Amino acid sequence: MPGSDDFTVVGASLGVAPCGDVQGLCNRRDESWHADEAMTTPPPRRFSTRTRAALAVEKLASSASRRLGRGSGEMIGGKLALQVSPRILTEVAAGRMAVCVSGTNGKTTTTRLLARALGTLGPVKSNSGGANMAPGVLAALSRPPFDAAAALEVDEIWLPKVARQILPRAVVLLNISRDQLDRSNETRRIASLWRELGADLPAATVVANVDDPLVAWAASGWSNQIWVSVGQNWTADAMVCPQCARLLHRNSSGWWCDCGLARPEPIVAVTGPGELLWFGRHIRASIDLPGRVNLGNAAMAAAAAKLFGVEVADALAAMTGLDDVQGRYQEVELGESGVRGRLLLAKNPAGWVEMMELLNTAPARPVIIDFNSQTADGRDPSWIWDVPFERLAGRDVLVTGERKEDMSVRLAYAEVPHTVHPDAESAASTVFDKTVDVVANYTAFRDILGRVAPVGTTR
Amino acid sequence: MISDSATRIALIYPELLGTYGDGGNAIVLAQRLRWRGLAAEVINVPAGEVVPGGCDIYLLGGGEDAPQVLAADGLRRSTSLLRAVNEGAVVLAVCAGYQVIGASFPAGDEVHDGLGLVDVETRRSFDPADQPAPPRAVGDIVVEPTSDLGLPVLLGYENHAGRTRRLAGGRGRPLGVVRKGVGNGTIDQTDGIVDHHVIGTYLHGPVLAQNPALADLLLSWVHGPLPALAEPAEIQLLRQARLRALDVAS
Repeated sequence: MPGSDDFTVVGASLGVAPCGDVQGLCNRRDESWHADEAMTTPPPRRFSTRTRAALAVEKLASSASRRLGRGSGEMIGGKLALQVSPRILTEVAAGRMAVCVSGTNGKTTTTRLLARALGTLGPVKSNSGGANMAPGVLAALSRPPFDAAAALEVDEIWLPKVARQILPRAVVLLNISRDQLDRSNETRRIASLWRELGADLPAATVVANVDDPLVAWAASGWSNQIWVSVGQNWTADAMVCPQCARLLHRNSSGWWCDCGLARPEPIVAVTGPGELLWFGRHIRASIDLPGRVNLGNAAMAAAAAKLFGVEVADALAAMTGLDDVQGRYQEVELGESGVRGRLLLAKNPAGWVEMMELLNTAPARPVIIDFNSQTADGRDPSWIWDVPFERLAGRDVLVTGERKEDMSVRLAYAEVPHTVHPDAESAASTVFDKTVDVVANYTAFRDILGRVAPVGTTR
Repeated sequence: MISDSATRIALIYPELLGTYGDGGNAIVLAQRLRWRGLAAEVINVPAGEVVPGGCDIYLLGGGEDAPQVLAADGLRRSTSLLRAVNEGAVVLAVCAGYQVIGASFPAGDEVHDGLGLVDVETRRSFDPADQPAPPRAVGDIVVEPTSDLGLPVLLGYENHAGRTRRLAGGRGRPLGVVRKGVGNGTIDQTDGIVDHHVIGTYLHGPVLAQNPALADLLLSWVHGPLPALAEPAEIQLLRQARLRALDVAS
C-alpha cells in the first residue's frame, strides 16, 4: 500500500513541516501559516498519564531522528508513542473537527486540498507528508494546538483501524483500483472493510464517489452520505458487482446491477472543465492543480469541508494557490541541461490513464517515463500492459528507471518510438524542448525529487 | 473488417480475467504477426457473452476469486471453446485462467467446476487437512521448458494461492520444471501443462512479452513455420536484463 514504511516521509503537520529532508519539497507557501511557537504548551489535562508520556516520547524520538537526518522522524516517533499508549489516537483526536481521506489514487492531493479548506476556519493538522498509517496519523496529531482541525490521509487497509480510533466527523472515500498487486490483490476486500467501518461510525458522514461501484457499495452501508460524481476513467477493476458478484451493467449515465445496487444520484458532480454541480446549482470552479481529476479531488474535499460550515467559494479560494503536492505537478531543473521537467506521479493503470488525460491538455511535449518496481511500487510491473501507451504515439518519448527494459518492450509493441536512458537527467539532456513532462511511479518519483531542484511554480 | 485470412485471436472476458496485464499477450501475438506482414484480428469477448467459435487462438488471463467464478460460469454455458479446441485451436491460459480450464478450482471456501479442457485440478492445498495451507506464491518465476517444445528458459511473475496437479492418468505434460518460484506447487516442481495446442501456466509478465519464443510457438501452431522476424531490439534486451536480474544463465 502507498505510504509504506520504506518511503521517506516529509512534514509532520502543516505547522511544523521540516525543510531539507527531501530536496525540492520546501517551497510551500501554504505551510507557513502557523508557527510552532506552541511547542512548549503542555498537553491538555484530559489526556491520560500514559498518553502524556507517549507524547513526550514521540516528541523526543522524532526530534532526535530528525537531527540525525533520518527523515522527518514521524514514523519512529509515532510508532513508539503507539506502543506507550495504545489508546493515544482516540485521546488526541477527541473534540477535533477530523476528516479521514482514503482511496487508491488522489488521497495525498485531496488531503492537502481539504487542509486548505478547513484552514479557513482555524488551525489545521495534517499528515501532509504522505505518512498515512497509524504512526504518521498520530504524528500529525501529537503537537499543539490539540483542538486544531485534522485533515488526515489514511492508507486504504489502515483506514478501518485508524478511523475507529479517531472517530472522524467525515470520511472521504475516493476510489479503489489495483495497486501493488503483489501485496494486496483483492479490491473487494478493501471495499468490504470500508463498508463494515460505516457500522461503527454512526455519527460520521461519508463523502463518496458514486462513479466507483466499489466505493458506492462500501459507502451505501453508512448512516449518512454525500454522494459525489468525479467520473471514473478506469473501470476495469470494477466490472463485477461488489454486493452479489454478478456482472455490472454500464452505460454513459452510470452503472447498475440486477441485484439492485446502482449508482446513487450525486448531489455534487464535476460537470465540465471548471464547472461543478453543487447541491442543486451549477457553479464555476477552478483550482490551480491541473486536470479534471484534481477538480474532482477538490469537489470531494469541499463537500467534506461543507460539513463544518465552510462555504464552497471560500473552500475553492483557499485551494487556489496550491500548485504542487509532494512535488507532483511541480517543475524542476533536470540536471545541468537547462531543461525543466513537470513531475507527474502514475503508479497504477488508473493513475496512468488520468495522467494521459492531463498530458493531452497541454501542448505535446516530450515525455520521460521513469519506471521502477521496488517493493513500494509493487514488484510486478505487468500492469503497464493495461495502460494504453499507444496514445503517446507522435510524442517524443524517453524511458528510464530500473525496469526501463520492460517499459521499452511495452512501447515497442505499442509502436511508440522511444529512446532509453540511464536516468531522467541524461534523458532530458537529449531533448531540444525547454520543458518536458516526467511521469514516474512511486520510488522513481521519490528518487527524482531527492536529486533535483524546483524552479518556482508550475503555472 | 475481418478478413478471411487474418489470424483471429480471442481475448476471453478481459474484464474478469485481466487483472495482471495478461491482455498484453493478445497485443504481442497480433504485433508479431503484423511485423511479419501477416494479418491479425484481436477479438475482445466481453464478460458474459458466448465465446465465438472459429478463432485461431484463445487467451485467458488472471483474476480475483469472484471474477474467476463468474468467468467459469459464463464459459461453462457454451461448448464453443471446447469445440474450437477439438478442432485444433490454440489456447493460452494464465493463472486464474489456467485454473478455470482445468477440472476444478477453489474460490472462497468452495471448489468450482472448471471447463475440463486440460487434465489438472487446483486446490488451496493438497497437503493433509491438519497442515496449514501453503503461503500465496508471489514473485519472479523461472521455468525450464519441457525440452521437446524447443524453447529457451521461460521468465515471468506469479501471484496465486492455488496449487495445481495433473489428474491421475490424465493427458498432457508439464510446461516445464520450475528453477525459481513455485509454479504448480506440487512435489514434481513443475509449472503449467501442455496438452496438444492448449497451454496452461502460472506465468504473468505478460508471459508472451517476456518470452517471445513462446509467442512464436503458439503462432507456428496456427501457421506452420513462420517467416523470420526482424523484431525490435528491445525485446531481447529485456530478456537479457531479466536473466541478469534473476541471476539465471540462459
